[in-house]
Amino acid sequence: MTEFSLHCGCAAKVGAQYLCEILNQLPGSVNQNLIVGLESFDDAGVYKLDENTALVQTVDFFPPIVDDPYLFGSISACNALSDVFAMGGKPVTCLAIVCFPTKKLSLEILGEILKGGFDKVKEAGAIIVGGHTIEDEQPKYGLAVTGIINPGKVITNAGMKSGDSLVLTKPLGTGIIVTAAKGELAKPEDFAGAINSMTTLNKVASQIMQEAGANAATDITGFGLLGHLFQMAKASRVAVNLWMDHIPILKGALEYANLGLVPEGAYNNRIWVGNNVLFDTEIVTAEKDILFDPQTSGGLLIALPKERADVLLLKLKESGCKSAACIGEVFDGEAGLIKVKRRKNDDRN
Amino acid sequence: MMIEIDCRGLACPQPVLRAKKALDNMQEEEVLVIVDNPAAKENLERLANFLNYIFKLEKKEDNNYYIIIKKPKGNEYST
Repeated sequence: MTEFSLHCGCAAKVGAQYLCEILNQLPGSVNQNLIVGLESFDDAGVYKLDENTALVQTVDFFPPIVDDPYLFGSISACNALSDVFAMGGKPVTCLAIVCFPTKKLSLEILGEILKGGFDKVKEAGAIIVGGHTIEDEQPKYGLAVTGIINPGKVITNAGMKSGDSLVLTKPLGTGIIVTAAKGELAKPEDFAGAINSMTTLNKVASQIMQEAGANAATDITGFGLLGHLFQMAKASRVAVNLWMDHIPILKGALEYANLGLVPEGAYNNRIWVGNNVLFDTEIVTAEKDILFDPQTSGGLLIALPKERADVLLLKLKESGCKSAACIGEVFDGEAGLIKVKRRKNDDRN
Repeated sequence: MMIEIDCRGLACPQPVLRAKKALDNMQEEEVLVIVDNPAAKENLERLANFLNYIFKLEKKEDNNYYIIIKKPKGNEYST
C-alpha cells in the first residue's frame, strides 16, 4: 500500500514554514472560552465549556506508512489520539476520515484499516461515533478526536521554565526506518521496533506526566524532535540544552541515515528550524538526521522541574516506556535556541 | 562509459535505491544521477560517503542536480 504514498505518515505534513505563512494571514479566533487556539501552534485546540470541563480537539490523517492495512489504521489512530494525550486530556469521541480508491483496491483492505483504527481507539478508552469516506487515488486514514480536560490542568507547549528537565518517552527514528522499509532495506527486527513504538499509545505516559506535574509537553510528530522542541522553547521564551548521547534512538535508524535513507521531511525540518540549533562540532550528520527526522506517532516530550524528573522516569519505565530518558534541560536564553551537546555537563562549546 | 540514472520526479528513497543498485552491479567506474530536489541530492551524498565513493555535484540547472558518484582511484578521496 505504501506505493500509493509519496510521503509516509507524518512526513506527509505540509512544511511548518509554509503553514506559518498561511496561518498568519488568517484573522485568528477571538473568544473568551478559547484556551488554546491556532496562534500557539499547540497540539490541539482547547475550548472551555464550564469551570470544570473543556473540549480538546484535534485532527490527523495521512497516507499509508506501512503495507499492512490493519497496522496502518492502528498507527494513524494512535498518532491522532496522541495530541489529546499530549495536552493532558482524555479522548472521548472520534470521527474517522477516510480517502480510498475503491476501484483499485479491495474493500477488505479498507475494512482492515478501519479495524486497526477501531481497536486502537477502544484501547485509548474512546469510541468512534462516525466518519466520512471519499474516493481518492491515494488512500488516507485518520481521526478527528474530541477529548475532555479540566480547564485549569491544560498542559500546553508554552509552560517550560528555566531549570526544567526534558524527558522523551519514545525513541526517535520512525521516519528513517519507514523510508528504509519502503526501499526494502530495513531489517525485519528494526522495522518491528518502529512498528511497536508507533502503535504504542501515549495514554499511560500522559497519565504519569499529569501525576508528576508537568510544566509543558508536546508529542513528537512531523516536525521532528528539534521542530517541536523549537516551538515549545519559543512559546515558553526559553533556550534548551540537548544531550545527544542520552537521546533514545530506534535500532537501525543511524545506520539507515548513513545510507541516505532520510525522508524529505527531515530536510524540510532542518531548513525551517536549523538556524535555531547549535550543534557541537562532534555531532555527526546521521545524529542530526535523527533529530530532524519526522516522527509518526512519536513520544511525549515533557518539561518538568528537575527534582521530579527521576520519579517520572522511574514510573515511565515501570509502566512499559522502556526507552524513556532525560534528554536535556531548559535554561534562560534566547527564545527558541537549542544547543545540542554530546552529553550532560559537557560545556566545551 | 558512464551509466546515467534519471531520477527526476522520484521521491526519496527511490533515487538512493536506484543509485545503490547501479553501484552494487557496477561494471563501469562511475554513475551520473540526475535528481530534482535537494533532499535526494543530500541522500546521495550520504550514500557515497557510506560506500567510500567520491561524490561530485557536476552541475545544477534550475532544480536539477547532476551528480557523479565514482570509485576513488589512487590518491582521490571522498570528501
